[in-house]
Amino acid sequence: MSKRIVMRTISLISGVAMAATAATTVTAETVKVGFITTLSGPAGIIGKPMKNAFELGLEHIGGRLGGMDTEIIYGDDKRKPDVAKQLVNKMIKRDRVQFISGIIWSNLLMAVHGPVTRSKTFLISSNAGPSGVAGKKCSKDFFNVAFQNDMMPEGMGKYMTAKKISNVYLMAPNYQAGKDMLKGFKRMFKGKITGEVYTKLGQKDYQAEISALRAAKPSAVFVFLPGGMGINFVKQYAQAGLSSQIPLYSAYTVDAISLPALKDAAVGTFGVQHWSPDLGNSVNRRFVSEYRKKYGKTPPFYAAQAYDTVMFLDNAIRKAGGIGDRKKLRAAMRVGDFPSTRGTFKFNNNHFPVQNIYLREAVKEADGSYVTKTRGVILSAHGDAYAKSCGMKW
Amino acid sequence: MDPLLLLEQAFNGLQFGVMLFLIAAGLTLVFGIMDLVNLAHGALVMIGAYLATTLVAWTDSFILGMILALPATFAVGALVEVVALRTLYRRDHLDQVLATFGLILFFNEVVRIIWGPISLYSGLPDYLSGHVEIIPGAPYPVFRLLIIAVGLAVAAIIYFIVAHTRLGMLIRAGASNNEMVGALGVNIKSLFTFVFALGAVFAGLAGMMLGPLTSVEPGMGEPLLILAFVVIIIGGIGSIRGAFIAAIIVGLADTMGRVLLPVLLRTVVSDAAADTAGPALASMLIYILMAAILVVRPRGLFPARTG
Repeated sequence: MSKRIVMRTISLISGVAMAATAATTVTAETVKVGFITTLSGPAGIIGKPMKNAFELGLEHIGGRLGGMDTEIIYGDDKRKPDVAKQLVNKMIKRDRVQFISGIIWSNLLMAVHGPVTRSKTFLISSNAGPSGVAGKKCSKDFFNVAFQNDMMPEGMGKYMTAKKISNVYLMAPNYQAGKDMLKGFKRMFKGKITGEVYTKLGQKDYQAEISALRAAKPSAVFVFLPGGMGINFVKQYAQAGLSSQIPLYSAYTVDAISLPALKDAAVGTFGVQHWSPDLGNSVNRRFVSEYRKKYGKTPPFYAAQAYDTVMFLDNAIRKAGGIGDRKKLRAAMRVGDFPSTRGTFKFNNNHFPVQNIYLREAVKEADGSYVTKTRGVILSAHGDAYAKSCGMKW
Repeated sequence: MDPLLLLEQAFNGLQFGVMLFLIAAGLTLVFGIMDLVNLAHGALVMIGAYLATTLVAWTDSFILGMILALPATFAVGALVEVVALRTLYRRDHLDQVLATFGLILFFNEVVRIIWGPISLYSGLPDYLSGHVEIIPGAPYPVFRLLIIAVGLAVAAIIYFIVAHTRLGMLIRAGASNNEMVGALGVNIKSLFTFVFALGAVFAGLAGMMLGPLTSVEPGMGEPLLILAFVVIIIGGIGSIRGAFIAAIIVGLADTMGRVLLPVLLRTVVSDAAADTAGPALASMLIYILMAAILVVRPRGLFPARTG
C-alpha cells in the first residue's frame, strides 16, 4: 500500500514538474520583471522618482527589454519587510517573474534575498547594498546596480584625510546601517575623531545634539542621516547658526530629494555619491533632461539607479539572446558595460559595482533651483571592502 | 562637563518640556474632568500644524497665519467633541480607547487626502531665524526662546483661568463631581465642549510651533502623545500644576539623558558598548523615571481631588 502511495506521489510530482516546464516555455516569450519599491508613507518620496525613472527607461528602449515582449509588475512594499516578502512570493509564484528589482531598504533586501535567489529568480537591487550579501553570502543570482553601503562614507573618509581635516565629529542613527556608515568612514579616515554620536532612528529634533556638538568644537562634522532625519538635522544646524562656523559633510543626506526642502540651509555643504545630475556622459545628459521635462524635477540618485536597472536588463537580455538560458543570461549580466548614467559600468566578483565616488557640493543655480555639483573624483574604480570574502569567481 | 553647556542643555530641555506641557494640558483636563481617555489628542497636534502651515502660506504672514490657526483648531476640537466624543463619556475606558483610536486613523487619512502623504517643510521668517547670545559663545535660536516664552505664558494663562475665574471654578467643580455641577444648573455639556476645544487649541499650538523646527506629516502627533501620557501620569491625572512640573521634569530628563548618558557610560564601559547602550538607555530613561515615581506616589506627584 505504501508503495502505491509512493508511486502516486511520484506521478503527481512529475505531473506538476511537467506543468511547470510547460508554463515556463509559454511565459519564456515574455520578459516579466517585478519592481518593488516604497510608494506610500513618508518614504514614498524616494519610491516615486524610482518608479518614474524606471518608466522613463522603459520608454527609451521602446518598452521591450532586449527586444522582447515585456511585462512589469509594480509592488508597493510600504517600507515593511513582511510586505516585501509577500510581494516577492506572489510575483514569483503567481506572476512567474524572472527578475525582481527595485528595493530601496537594506533590511527589506535582506528579508527577500534568500527567498528570491533560492527560487531561481534574479534579484537586482536598484538601491539597497547591505554588507550582509556582499561578502560570504554573495549569490550568483543577486546583482546590485547601485552601490555597496560603505562606499560613500569610505569616500568621505578618504577625502577628509586628503584635505588634512582633523577633529571630525560623527553622527548617525542608532541602527545597523548607521553603524556600518561610520565604520566605513573610519576605515579610510586617518585624522582624529572628536565625537561619535548615535541618535534615535527617526529622531526629529536635534537641538540637544547640536548644542553638544558645538561645545566639542570640532573642525568639521560628518553625518549619515537619510530622508526626513537629514532634512530636520541640516535645517536645525543652519538655524543654530552653525553652517557658517563648522563645515558640514554628509552621505545620503543632501540630495535631490532633500534639497527642495532644505534650500539655502544646505548650500555649501559637501556630500559623496557615485552619481550626480551634472555628470557629463551622453546617457546621463539625456536621462536628466528628459526626466526634468517629464516630471518637472531634478532626478535623485535613486532615480538614476532605477533607470540603470532598465538599461542593465535590456543589455543583458539582448546579449544573451533571450531569457531561456539562465547561465548565458548570467554571463551577459556579469559583463556590465550597458549604457549607464554613470558613463561606464563594471561589476566586482561579488556582483556589486566597481565605480567612481564623487565629491558633490550643494549649490543654488541662477534660476533659483538647488542642485548638487560634482567637485571631483575622490575614489576612482572603487570596489567594496567585502568583495574579497565573497567566494564567487568568474 | 562644561557648566555653560549644561545650562544650554537645560534650555533645550525646558523648551521640550513646555512643548510637552502644551500637549499634556488638554489631555489631563479631558482625562481628569470628563474621565475620557483621548488617544486622538495627538491628531489635534497634527491638525494644528497643518492648519498653521496652510494659513501661513495663504496669508503670507507667519504671525497672522499662526493667530488664525488658533480659532480654526478650536473649531475642529469643538466639532470632534460634539460629533464623536459626547456619546463616549458614559462608556468604559476600553470603548473610548477604541473610538479615539479610530479617530487617529480617520484624521491621518483625512490629512493624507487633503495635503498628500509627503511631509511638509516650512521655514521661519527672517525676524525669527536669528540668534541671541544668552549664554556666552553659544548663540541660541530666537524661535526656540519664543517657544519657551509662549509655553510659559500659556501655563500662566491656564493657571489663572483654573484658579481665579468662574470658568475655572466650574472646571474644578466638574473634576470633583460633574453630576452635582449639572444638578446645580450649570450647562455641563457646553462646559465639556469648551474644555475639550481649549485643550485642542493648546495641542494645536504645540504642533504649530513644532512645524517650522521639524516637519509636518501624517501621524506626527502620535510619538508626542505617548510622552504626554507619561507626563500626565507623573503629574497626577487632572492636575494642571502636576502636568506643568512633570512636563519640565520629562523634558529635562530626556534631553539631559540623551546627551549625558553616552558620555557617562563611556567612563565605565568600552566606547563601542557605550555607543550602543547609551542611546537605548536614554530613550528608556523617562519610562524608568515614571515607574520610579509611581512606586513612591502611585497617583502621581499632584493627584487631583477627584471622587
